[in-house]
Amino acid sequence: MLLDDHEGIGQGSRAICFAKRSLEIANRYGCAGPMLDKGVVWNVGKVFHEDRQIYEFNLLPEEGHRFPAFINLAQPYFEKFLVERVREAQAQGAPIELRGKNRLEGIEVKEDHTVLTVATPEGNYDILADWLIAADGAGSPMRGMMGLDFEGRVFQDSFLIADIRMLSENFPTERWFWFEPSHKAGASTLLHKQPDDIWRVDFQIGWDVDRAEELKEVNVRKRLDAMLGPDVEYEIVWTSIYTFQCRRMKQFRHGRVIFVGDSAHQVSPFGARGANSGMQDVDNLGWKLGMVIRGEAPDKLLDSYDEERAAAADENILNSTRATDFITPKSRISHVFRNAVLALSETHAFARPLVNSGRLSVPCIYDGLSLTGEDALTGGPEQTRPGSPCPDAPLGDGFLLSALDHGFTLLTVDANDAADVSEGGIVARHLSIEKGDDPSGALARRYLGEATSAVYLIRPDQHVIARWDTYDEIAIRAALRCACAKE
Amino acid sequence: MPLNTKSNIAGADEFYAELIKWHDGLSDEESAAFNARLILLLANHIGDRTVLSEALQIAGGSD
Ligand SMILES: Cc1cc2nc3c(=O)[nH]c(=O)nc-3n(C[C@H](O)[C@H](O)[C@H](O)COP(=O)(O)OP(=O)(O)OC[C@H]3O[C@@H](n4cnc5c(N)ncnc54)[C@H](O)[C@@H]3O)c2cc1C
Repeated sequence: MLLDDHEGIGQGSRAICFAKRSLEIANRYGCAGPMLDKGVVWNVGKVFHEDRQIYEFNLLPEEGHRFPAFINLAQPYFEKFLVERVREAQAQGAPIELRGKNRLEGIEVKEDHTVLTVATPEGNYDILADWLIAADGAGSPMRGMMGLDFEGRVFQDSFLIADIRMLSENFPTERWFWFEPSHKAGASTLLHKQPDDIWRVDFQIGWDVDRAEELKEVNVRKRLDAMLGPDVEYEIVWTSIYTFQCRRMKQFRHGRVIFVGDSAHQVSPFGARGANSGMQDVDNLGWKLGMVIRGEAPDKLLDSYDEERAAAADENILNSTRATDFITPKSRISHVFRNAVLALSETHAFARPLVNSGRLSVPCIYDGLSLTGEDALTGGPEQTRPGSPCPDAPLGDGFLLSALDHGFTLLTVDANDAADVSEGGIVARHLSIEKGDDPSGALARRYLGEATSAVYLIRPDQHVIARWDTYDEIAIRAALRCACAKE
Repeated sequence: MPLNTKSNIAGADEFYAELIKWHDGLSDEESAAFNARLILLLANHIGDRTVLSEALQIAGGSD
């Protein structure tokens, strides 16, 4: 049951960049198709300093993935496609309930359940919940009601966002980022394409600003006109001012209350790590909570949600903090170095990797964490080591990720004698792949490397648990127990 | 200690004079920018992360 204080999907644009991993997750739940159809795929980015283009990059997407590295799609669309999929599942009998205009107002935490007080236009009522997932955003009322911490860094800057509709040939489907643009409409400025001829413009406007004044249409237009030039026509679709923080809760799990998304961790928008990491949170939590509720795994499996997603949050916070420090330098000397990097990168390629206008969201690798098992594949590729999310690859007429089971999978590549493995009621379904299934060779590159055969044990959220050269039933059973927190 | 802290520049006086000469006529701000560019160029040339960290530590006052 989902409670939301509003009715219908979220309004206001906010997130626009959705990463490959989010699309892969959405695809497993059956709703990536409309996202991909509607979204804008982009690969080229340009970086400007003052009025000069200092360089251009191409994300050069790796071949052999069903989904692009990123699509641009306004958050309300992303949410709409998720809800439509839920409605479809409901129609097929899935026991899901969405309750709009139901605001959580009180919470009483008990040992094995919580009592929720919910306010609706018709009056209040109580719910007894065995489990409660707090997905109530950065301002999380639940966190507040439970008196929990949310610590980190506040950045003293604000950004004015305008989503505008314009029909202009001057601006291609690229990501343009200006440091200190000479039009002075922002200390930095971002221009990014969305579907339906809409553009996201993001102006860095400083800390002490009068929000109401800045949001007046005439003032927003002043900035836009300075940036786009006097003759460009556009319509303002949505504006907002945001400031940002990089912070997280110390613990995401509090007994039977589990925090996910922005309520648990908040990052600056550079790198698109907010909504994308929220998707990874729920994907991580879903299978674990399912197993615990069904009695297939001990309660402590849920502690690994906290362990893994806290590590991911730290990684996201680190990356988005570094990007923010580069974009909005905090001292005179860091400003000097920032501009030295920009100046050098115009003519010297070495400086370009130092330019940081956001390191775009990639999923965390759970290296060395409790559920992650052994790496016993000699010469196996780095990118598929235990803890990694499985990279996609073409497989026959389709793709590997769609062929993996919704539960645990035992993936073998050119290996003999393997079969389904069952351990304490948990089954890892065997998926066997041979050379002939891999026409492009991408699968061998990503899963074999130097090895001639490989055996991978894969979780329901498609992270690698452990891998071996050959089928070793005892080792696989042990890894499966460990991945269910039974060791 | 991978960072070479022994004398390594042939013609030390000439190098020093050349370094200072580049700052002639620069404002403090321009000098700071010059130094930053120089550091970035040299750091990239060295490349080795342990050497760079060691140099940073020594520059920061620890021996
Ligand atoms: C300007 C901007 C740009 C961004 N760009 C990107 C991007 O490109 N890519 C990206 O990945 N992320 C981006 N983000 C971050 C992204 O928007 C958030 O990370 C994401 O929305 C978090 O999702 P959430 O579900 O955790 O929280 P929210 O989206 O905040 O949802 C919380 C929900 O809880 C409801 N709620 C709150 N209190 C109660 C209550 N008491 N009772 C019932 N319901 C309640 C709210 O109504 C809301 O529907 C951006 C953010 C901003 C501000």
